[in-house]
Amino acid sequence: MKDNRIKSKKATNRLETIISLIILSIGVIIISIPLLWMVSSSLKGKNAVNTFPPQWIPREPLKVQVDGRNCYMYEIPINGTVRQMALYKKEGPTGTFVNPEDPTERYELPVGDGKRITQIKLHWENFSLALQAAPFGRYALNTLLIVVFGTLGTLLSCTIVAYGFARFRAPGLNWLFLILLATVMLPPQVTLIPTFIIFSRIHWYDTLYPLIIPTFFANAWDVFMLRQFFMSLPRELDEAAIIDGCSYWCILWKIIVPQSFPALATVTIFSMLYAWNDFYEPLIYLQSPRHWTLALGLQGFNALYTKQGHLLMAASLMMALPPIITFFLAQRIFIQGVVVSGIKG
Amino acid sequence: MFKQLSLRRRESLWGYVFISPWIIGFIVFTAGPMLASMILSLTHYNIAEPPTFVGLTNYVKLFTQDQKFWHALRVTMTFAFVAIPLNLAFGFIVAYLLNMKVPGVAFWRTIYYLPSVMPGVATALLWGLLFNPRVGVLNWILSLVGIKGPGWLASPQWALPALILMSLWGVGGGMIIYLAGLQGIPTSLYEAAQIDGANRLQQLLKITLPLMSPVIFYNLVTGIIGTFQYFTDAYVLTGGGPVDATLFYNLYLYKQAFTYRNMGYASALAWVLFLIVLAFTLLVFRSSDLWVYYEGEMRS
Repeated sequence: MKDNRIKSKKATNRLETIISLIILSIGVIIISIPLLWMVSSSLKGKNAVNTFPPQWIPREPLKVQVDGRNCYMYEIPINGTVRQMALYKKEGPTGTFVNPEDPTERYELPVGDGKRITQIKLHWENFSLALQAAPFGRYALNTLLIVVFGTLGTLLSCTIVAYGFARFRAPGLNWLFLILLATVMLPPQVTLIPTFIIFSRIHWYDTLYPLIIPTFFANAWDVFMLRQFFMSLPRELDEAAIIDGCSYWCILWKIIVPQSFPALATVTIFSMLYAWNDFYEPLIYLQSPRHWTLALGLQGFNALYTKQGHLLMAASLMMALPPIITFFLAQRIFIQGVVVSGIKG
Repeated sequence: MFKQLSLRRRESLWGYVFISPWIIGFIVFTAGPMLASMILSLTHYNIAEPPTFVGLTNYVKLFTQDQKFWHALRVTMTFAFVAIPLNLAFGFIVAYLLNMKVPGVAFWRTIYYLPSVMPGVATALLWGLLFNPRVGVLNWILSLVGIKGPGWLASPQWALPALILMSLWGVGGGMIIYLAGLQGIPTSLYEAAQIDGANRLQQLLKITLPLMSPVIFYNLVTGIIGTFQYFTDAYVLTGGGPVDATLFYNLYLYKQAFTYRNMGYASALAWVLFLIVLAFTLLVFRSSDLWVYYEGEMRS
């Protein structure tokens, strides 16, 4: 009796798992379609992008040269056997089919009987064509400058500030921390216009500075996350270090930072991702193309090459690859980061 | 430094020293600009000429004459009321299913989260192709089931639904947070419920949802704030059109500030945006007493 109950419970669990897997698979298919389309389009020829119904695996008609003429290859039944022949000439419904190996072997047959042979053709050259079509090297360099220095600024300033909030008691410090947290709620638009005017006044408009310098003054998210992490570290080591004559500054770098690599890795990855992907701020501060980032460059490329979906997707894919690869390599850090800032926030 | 001070005073001073980068940043990049934008919102200012003080004119114009302001607000609200609940629901469902002890959680999680790490512009351009009314994948799929697809981004009726649909591609972002929350619910609770004879649905309604309500709440608040920041997709794909069908609030603000150079008017828009977001957030916080359950909390 009891045995049966357990068995039936196992069966329902099994059923639940299967139903879950089916629904999840449908979801994954829906999620993957756009990604697959991006990859597929980036490898297509110019004419294959805008075909309907859409081609998922880029195929093109097979062509051969016969007597210096480009001919399509056909599969066509000749005297009962299906053979591969080149269509040399076409007059009305009938065509001249030639054996490409032996051009003297010719047949006059209705073209309608044959089927054009297609083969998979991947246009890897799209990637280099896209790179040549716009100064993406320049854009990548600008983006990397922002990624590297922006991340450096964020790490440096947020570590220092978080240490101040985590380990010191001072009048008003708690209030200041609350203010810091409140700034998360503040829409950036409220400060955007005066900040833009200040940066224009000191001639930083159309330079990378407005995108880099503010990172050296800490931001609420990362300070909050690092502070939480620092507070979870035992204080005994700090105190031992003080007795050994270590200054606060030295405690931060010798004791706190070495224990905080997971949290610092999260800050690094997210600030890199943000700097790489951001569109809004570069759009506001960068005007001339030589200062553009990849996000702006891609948008500019779109304006020029609307009709060339294959190059557009090749460029988009190239820009998306570094974040995707980073995500695959550092999944745990990513997911922890989202969770820490999400759940505890 | 600070050697002659008492230990207590020294600690305080060092505390201020360490947080000083943020204090300076706060004054220069947050508090100062906030004040400045409030003052600017009372002026006409196009950068080329000095600002002229006009009192509340910008706000009066905004509320009484500016059709586009109301329109942009309507577009943003529509998006918020449709896209946020859909994203919350789908994200929750996926996380809930993943939490049913299915094999290969890491694999599923990766695929679902992948769109969230892609650059916004690349995503937008990709969806631009998918939405193509003539040769796009979406209308091809619809044609397989015998439906003639709409014009999507080219159609005033379908452009906003298209962007909502596109936003669902990012359900993975919320899903990850839900999943972590679900994994944090002690299994002993479910076991106890099973002994009491509660079925799956009852467990979901009585255990999972109440314990997940803080996480849902968090996703709701960030969703609201995010909707008012919504920019890249609309800017890249539609530029606010066709016929302003996707003129999101933030896009309208951007146009006022950087296309028409109405810095004073745009500042007023920014402050109204701030107040709206604040009001919504407070409303959600207030209502949270009714539906958000915090463990260990004493009910008054």
